[in-house]
Amino acid sequence: MNSALMVMWERQIKEYLRNKQRMAGTLAQPILFLVTLGFGLSPTFKQAGDGNYIQYLTPGIVGMTILFSSVMNGMSLIWDKQFGFLKETLVAPVSRTSLLFGRCLGGATISTFQGLIVIAVGCLMGFRIFNWALFAPAVILMFLMALLFSLLGTSLASKFDDMQSFPTIMNLLVMPMFFLSGALFPIKNFPGIIRVLARANPVTYCIDLLKYAFGGKAEFVLLLDILVLAVGIAALGMIGTYLFNRLET
Amino acid sequence: MPDFPGRINQMNMIEVNNLTKNFGDFCAVDRVSFSVPEGMIFAFLGPNGAGKSTTIKMLTTILSPSAGSMKVGGFDALTEKDEVRSSIGVIFQDHTLDDDLTAYENLYYHAVLYKIPGAERKIRIEKLLDNVGLLDRKRDLVKNFSGGMKRRVEIARGLLHHPKILFLDEPTLGLDIQTRNFFWAHINKINKEEGVTIFFTTHNLDEAEKAATRIAIIDRGKILIEESSEEIKRKSEADSLEKAFLKLTGYDIREQPADRVAIMRKRFKR
Repeated sequence: MNSALMVMWERQIKEYLRNKQRMAGTLAQPILFLVTLGFGLSPTFKQAGDGNYIQYLTPGIVGMTILFSSVMNGMSLIWDKQFGFLKETLVAPVSRTSLLFGRCLGGATISTFQGLIVIAVGCLMGFRIFNWALFAPAVILMFLMALLFSLLGTSLASKFDDMQSFPTIMNLLVMPMFFLSGALFPIKNFPGIIRVLARANPVTYCIDLLKYAFGGKAEFVLLLDILVLAVGIAALGMIGTYLFNRLET
Repeated sequence: MPDFPGRINQMNMIEVNNLTKNFGDFCAVDRVSFSVPEGMIFAFLGPNGAGKSTTIKMLTTILSPSAGSMKVGGFDALTEKDEVRSSIGVIFQDHTLDDDLTAYENLYYHAVLYKIPGAERKIRIEKLLDNVGLLDRKRDLVKNFSGGMKRRVEIARGLLHHPKILFLDEPTLGLDIQTRNFFWAHINKINKEEGVTIFFTTHNLDEAEKAATRIAIIDRGKILIEESSEEIKRKSEADSLEKAFLKLTGYDIREQPADRVAIMRKRFKR
């Protein structure tokens, strides 16, 4: 077992568990979305003939939770740059790949945990998990999605130095990815050009996977979803490693 | 040269040739060359912004030079970074602890990263925390510590593993007398007993004179002199190292050169 990877993972989790405000803050937003949109749009959704909105929305908000919290995991790298801890890890005799993946696996674990809380809230609101046998694989898929976007956030964070610009740029990137993903409404209803954008968006395929794994309904071929996820992780793993190997301070 | 048993061949632990670092048109380190033999305690002195920390960053593989070459622990610091990192330990000038971890955890993670065997970790950590007077605070988060206490944790962490070469960038800055006393005793001990090569910077010239076998004075990115403190005093016809230092580097107070370096670095990064 790679011990550097393990400590970096452990550290991310310890810091998350110690920061109760952060725990509450990152969960409040998705739960707010779930409750307001869920109750607010349910009747409209039903009238339009698209079925039960809570059933549609819950996996989408789980995806949103994972997307936002994973990308923001990059913030911890900026934090470490500012407060110096990054230097301590950069001079250590451990591979940069294990530093990168330790951080990202830690971030992914946290995001998955948050996603599970959102699922629980969804169930309280009437979401039905269609097949409990698929629950474990669904959690693995959540984790892989979280890893993908942790790698994205951390890779980008390696190019940023200050705490103000990173969240702003991230929102600029993540918000459109979220709205164009089919998390809130089916993308088949989107007009032409927006549908093209949605199909070019990796988040779309991750959300589709979650919709299938928890709710039993998917829009695309599952294999395509999984392929996008796997290729994404491989590509960002390589890009992230490349950037981490060149990380200076 | 300090004497320690079992080491006769004097290989160079640090070898630097024409090392240069430019940030845009500002030259922080200008064609610097020097070497440090194994087992030596070597002091690097200079006013603020002279290029000391930039040199240490390059030697410890976290900043790439604009030109020149360097060997650390017998390895090329440009192409054999992993080998160099396995040979060195660093105590940085600025704060590098994780504030959201406890004192013990900071040292523990360091012990894991530096591959200290599991059985030894706890013993060594507790001994060093005891040495710096923080054993009873080991379960406290570092963010609740005062500046001086943080520095002591940093010192304890830096001494946890015994590398071939130890880089110390103003290690005693902000340390109380007791910790400073412990620190130099420990440094001298690992230098004598294990032959650890020490490369340090300081603004405390007494400290440099007492500890170092050889001293280099650097200013505006260039090495002005590299000798024993006796030779430096003799050559600059001064009766103390401080006077020699002022003669060599001038009496002007530098106009925030450290900030200038930071600004240039930011602007020209990547």
